[in-house]
Amino acid sequence: MSATAAPRVIPRRKRTPAERVKSLVWHVALLAVLVVVLYPAFWVLTASVKENSDILTNISPIPTSITWDNFTAAFDGMAGVPLWRFFWNSFVIAALSVVGIVVSCSITAYALGRLEFPGRKAMFAVVIATLLLPGQVMLIPQYLIFSEMDVVNTIFPLVIGKFLGLDAFFVFMYVQFLRGIPRELDQAATIDGAGHFRIFFSIMLPLLRPAIVTSSIFTFIWSWNDFMGPLIYLHEIEKFPLPRLLQSYNNTEGVSNYGGMMAMTLLSLIPVVLFFLVFQKFLIKGIATSGVKG
Amino acid sequence: MSASPSTTAPPAAGEAGAPTAREKRGAAKRRTPPARRGERLVGYTFMTPWIIGSLVFTVGPMLWSLYLSFTDYHLVLGGEWIGLANYTAMFDDPMFGRAVKVTLLYVLLAVPLKLIASLAVAMLLTQSRRGIGFYRAAFYMPSLIAMSVGIAIVWKVLFAQGGPQDQIMSWFGWDGGGFIGNPDVSILMLVLLSIWTFGAPMVIFMAGLLQVPDELHEAAEVDGASKWHRFVHITIPMLSPVIFFNVLMETVHAFQLFGPAFIIGGTAGGPAWSTLFYTVRIYALAFVDLRMGYASAWAWMLVLAVGVVTLIMFRAAKNLVYYAGEDNR
Repeated sequence: MSATAAPRVIPRRKRTPAERVKSLVWHVALLAVLVVVLYPAFWVLTASVKENSDILTNISPIPTSITWDNFTAAFDGMAGVPLWRFFWNSFVIAALSVVGIVVSCSITAYALGRLEFPGRKAMFAVVIATLLLPGQVMLIPQYLIFSEMDVVNTIFPLVIGKFLGLDAFFVFMYVQFLRGIPRELDQAATIDGAGHFRIFFSIMLPLLRPAIVTSSIFTFIWSWNDFMGPLIYLHEIEKFPLPRLLQSYNNTEGVSNYGGMMAMTLLSLIPVVLFFLVFQKFLIKGIATSGVKG
Repeated sequence: MSASPSTTAPPAAGEAGAPTAREKRGAAKRRTPPARRGERLVGYTFMTPWIIGSLVFTVGPMLWSLYLSFTDYHLVLGGEWIGLANYTAMFDDPMFGRAVKVTLLYVLLAVPLKLIASLAVAMLLTQSRRGIGFYRAAFYMPSLIAMSVGIAIVWKVLFAQGGPQDQIMSWFGWDGGGFIGNPDVSILMLVLLSIWTFGAPMVIFMAGLLQVPDELHEAAEVDGASKWHRFVHITIPMLSPVIFFNVLMETVHAFQLFGPAFIIGGTAGGPAWSTLFYTVRIYALAFVDLRMGYASAWAWMLVLAVGVVTLIMFRAAKNLVYYAGEDNR
């Protein structure tokens, strides 16, 4: 592991002119790619302060004139429900999802990765199978079950799976992580008289911290962006999270008010981008070791 | 809480002395010492939420949807057993052909293009340069926001008639208008959106590239191998497990694209069904038309298709993927 962390450290020395040129070419090439890649992001950033007519016709990120009306329209929300309400809805779902994932995945993965009991291998096989299984196949019966339980139009269907460890991806990630922890640790603790619960809480949970942080960040971001769940289960506008709001707004007021639409879009992306900026070091390390998809 | 195994564990492992984990497992198969029974109890206790959840929300629903796929169940009207009629009806359904065509086209375009872009940039970003962390983060960022509804809406504006894409392309003499209204090219919007998220596989490629021992490249360089030769004969084989992982995950996910396709094309996959993704059609059948039996048959066809593709990939990987440090049988 540590061998891969810093394998290519160049010792500090004077660089030759040829190296300088090479380095310059490298930077120019990457910056050029970067400009293209980040163009849509910059574009939305400034589109939010452009006049409506300017948005469609002016392809430059620099606005011809600046207006803050778009943000006024965005903060008004939709159908009399203010924007903060949708932020709050999104936040509640994301926070519950994070708590659910951390609690359920850590106990499920501890059992699957560190304990021995009949049926363990079969259960782990089910986890692996659901990893590649298209979720659409369970969508319809799940909907029927939730409507039988009378919880459609609540956030229950959106978060319950996370509390039951059904997110195969994170269970798998935690198991892989736990398997990397030396067996001697629990054996030593066992000899000292610690039971499995003690070992779980005092040894495994603290050591799982990197996995917990990575999974929390991704759960938050994925839940913040999730659209299909809210589309199927939430029908009252007061309960909409942001993606659902954006979609409805896009179909109604957004048709005439591009600016408001862009301002709302920008505001909805801010938490994800902020999250990313704060945790980016951790995130990219986490993906490289666990293979998370963005 | 659980049975204290400090005194019982060593004798339980048998005559072999200090028990290693593997010996313990072997011993557990023969008899069940008290410590094992404790472990069992804890194991099942910890697994309880997952077991309940799987039965109620994954394994159960899978079997149920398999059953539904043999009925003409309608959310309001109900339904009854019709055997294979849904599956035969699919092949007469013009929408099925359209959805399959759109989805396959997307998979075949988006997956290779995205992976080539991500490998290329990953190779640039595994050199030791100043500001490398900034570039890595900047290239990764689109992956986090691209699948959001917000970006799909931005895409609609970027590719609108007279919008940025239309104007930029007209500089090069292309007067086809915005991609969004043009059924011949509208799928490219989604392909481009997918390529835009190349940062996610890129980071995985970077991790793989950093594992390739420098000595291999140095030795080949001494022997006079060109850059291209080293890429084909060292980088690609050494990277093949990572390539396999990325191809597999990207393909499986590409088959299931929903959000952006739904926002850009609507439930009808407009214009002229050119963005009618398979999952969008499943959604429309199940939750707009409420024909849940028929939609279940569609969903099972997707499972079969993804299953077959995955299987072929694993088969192919046996010959194509090189695992360093293992004898490749």
